[in-house]
Amino acid sequence: MTENVDTTLAPKKVGAPQSFLSRVFESRQLGWVALGIALLAPFVIATPYALNVMTTAAIFVLLASGLNIVVGYCGLLDLGYIAFMAVGAYTSGIIAKAFELPLVFTIPAVLVMTVLAGLIIGAPTLRLRSDYLAIVTLGFGEITRITANNLTITGGPSGIFGIPGLFEVGDFDSQEPAVFYYITVLVVAAFVLAAARLGKSRLGRAWRFVREDEDAAEAMGIHTYKVKLLAYIFGAIWGGFGGILFAAHLSAVSPQSFIFLQSALVLMAVVLGGMGNMRGVVIGALVISLLPELLRDLSDYRYLAFGLLLVVVMVFRPQGFWPARGYEPERRKMEKLDPALKGAS
Amino acid sequence: MPRRTSPKRPTASVTATVCFADPKRILMVQVIWDGLFVGSFYALIALGYSMVYGIIKLLNFAHGDIYMLGAFIGFAALTSLGGIPATLSIGALLVVMLLSMVLTGGAGVLIERFAYRPLRGAPRLAVLITAVGVSFSLEYGIAAIAGPNPRAFPIRLEGNVFNIIGARISLPQIILILIAGVLMILLNFYVQKTSTGRAMRSISLDRNASLLMGINVNQVISRTFFIGSALAGAAGVMAGAYYGKIDFLMGFIIGLKAFTAAVIGGIGNIKGAMLGGLVLGFVEAFGSEWFGGQWRDVFAFAVLILFLTLRPTGILGERVTERV
Repeated sequence: MTENVDTTLAPKKVGAPQSFLSRVFESRQLGWVALGIALLAPFVIATPYALNVMTTAAIFVLLASGLNIVVGYCGLLDLGYIAFMAVGAYTSGIIAKAFELPLVFTIPAVLVMTVLAGLIIGAPTLRLRSDYLAIVTLGFGEITRITANNLTITGGPSGIFGIPGLFEVGDFDSQEPAVFYYITVLVVAAFVLAAARLGKSRLGRAWRFVREDEDAAEAMGIHTYKVKLLAYIFGAIWGGFGGILFAAHLSAVSPQSFIFLQSALVLMAVVLGGMGNMRGVVIGALVISLLPELLRDLSDYRYLAFGLLLVVVMVFRPQGFWPARGYEPERRKMEKLDPALKGAS
Repeated sequence: MPRRTSPKRPTASVTATVCFADPKRILMVQVIWDGLFVGSFYALIALGYSMVYGIIKLLNFAHGDIYMLGAFIGFAALTSLGGIPATLSIGALLVVMLLSMVLTGGAGVLIERFAYRPLRGAPRLAVLITAVGVSFSLEYGIAAIAGPNPRAFPIRLEGNVFNIIGARISLPQIILILIAGVLMILLNFYVQKTSTGRAMRSISLDRNASLLMGINVNQVISRTFFIGSALAGAAGVMAGAYYGKIDFLMGFIIGLKAFTAAVIGGIGNIKGAMLGGLVLGFVEAFGSEWFGGQWRDVFAFAVLILFLTLRPTGILGERVTERV
């Protein structure tokens, strides 16, 4: 396909005067400001309901940042992402309940299980066309849910409940809503930062190269299969940690939480926010998770609207509302030094 | 995570064929018959998947939802007709099925025109996401119109049960298999013998060359979508009449399985889709016979993974391993 209209790499108006808004959005301090807002939010509103909503929104941000690694950075469509969250939540819940451990001690087991799940799905399909990965992940999401529904160790349709909290030190209870909110925000911030850093690393560049042109990447010596598998496994780990937080937050896990709808919502957050741009994805995740709370009256139509929005965005603005910057920062610095470079691309 | 109560996704709506037989007396023949019956449904839907994939290399996620749309159109038409005497139910069903085929076919053409055509030549990821968006819009659009709860289909096909070499075979099953078979034979004739069919095959080989040969590519692609969607719509009405219950998520698992069937047969290959549907039907019938019905979907999915690993081209397929 030569008529490739992928605009994510198209050079933007390089060096053009930036609007105030885009200067704010490109600001390096934006992440810290957002973290500050998240940390100060409970001082403004701290009803149990608001804390609950904000905590679930934070967990949703974690999921979206993980899926952004797979879909945004590497261009692999994962339609069953919520399955990794299910694997994480069930693994930590089952182990914590069986051995009466706080959830933090289940992290190694969750890591092993999510990486295994990523390998089982990724290894056979990543060698094939990306379409196959999409449908296999779709099936994997359903199968994980059905398996959890059928097995006795996962508690069948009613799931497992009475999962212990994250940790307990003396009187300090991590399950106190405000405390748990702060823990979640800090953990999520760390993971979002890590995902953003990964995107800028050598591996991150390889991912973007694979996304833009797999054959060229391979010709340049990138082991595309390994790189894609790594993206998939990183995504799985992010999902698994989302699962731990989810299990700790609700202290119960049931198959109903892991339906396809949830995978689709995480995907929407990534796509609408701007694939590959971690800031856009975080905002997309906040919008997708908080908007339904504000629009309770329109609940019948909101998923229809989400679906139509997905199509409209793909047709008219495939890079998302806030796309990843198309040029490397080094080049911008050079252009500042030498205006003659402008438009040279 | 926004947690909200969503209606439970039906895990096995087209799968209840084994349960009416007494488990002790189930014979191999019964399992084979069940496999044949369910398999012909899968084949009918897999055809649309495979045709569209063969011609424009698009994985149409919304295809399963077209099946659901067909069932709901049938439901709406039969409800507006009012009471139908039982003797006329087969005739009414056929009429409604034709109507539903025309409407779902039209829906398929519209979807192609407004969602997929603008993205022809766009990166694969964008097209796949669009397909997910279309699927989502269809599901929740129907949920918003018809309500999220399952509806009872106005016509239930009921008929005599024959006992043929140990298998319990009902009259509706025979009728539905016959309808599916006739549709597939017609399709095969259309693709092999007519000029449009030849144009389809030509586009699937090389789109640009077909364009140079004077083929109206857009029109042929529209027709492909029409036919594929109409077949899915027919399957939807048939499933509604046979199982008696429809809901807005009924197309999800079926779509997945139809894709599995298409892969088993060799995606892009029309005879392969029919063969794959039957093979998947048999595999599932035997699998749920040996491992228990609740694992039926898991079993089908395991077959998909196995095929993708060992023989991604399917039984009859040739290409597919190419990477773009």
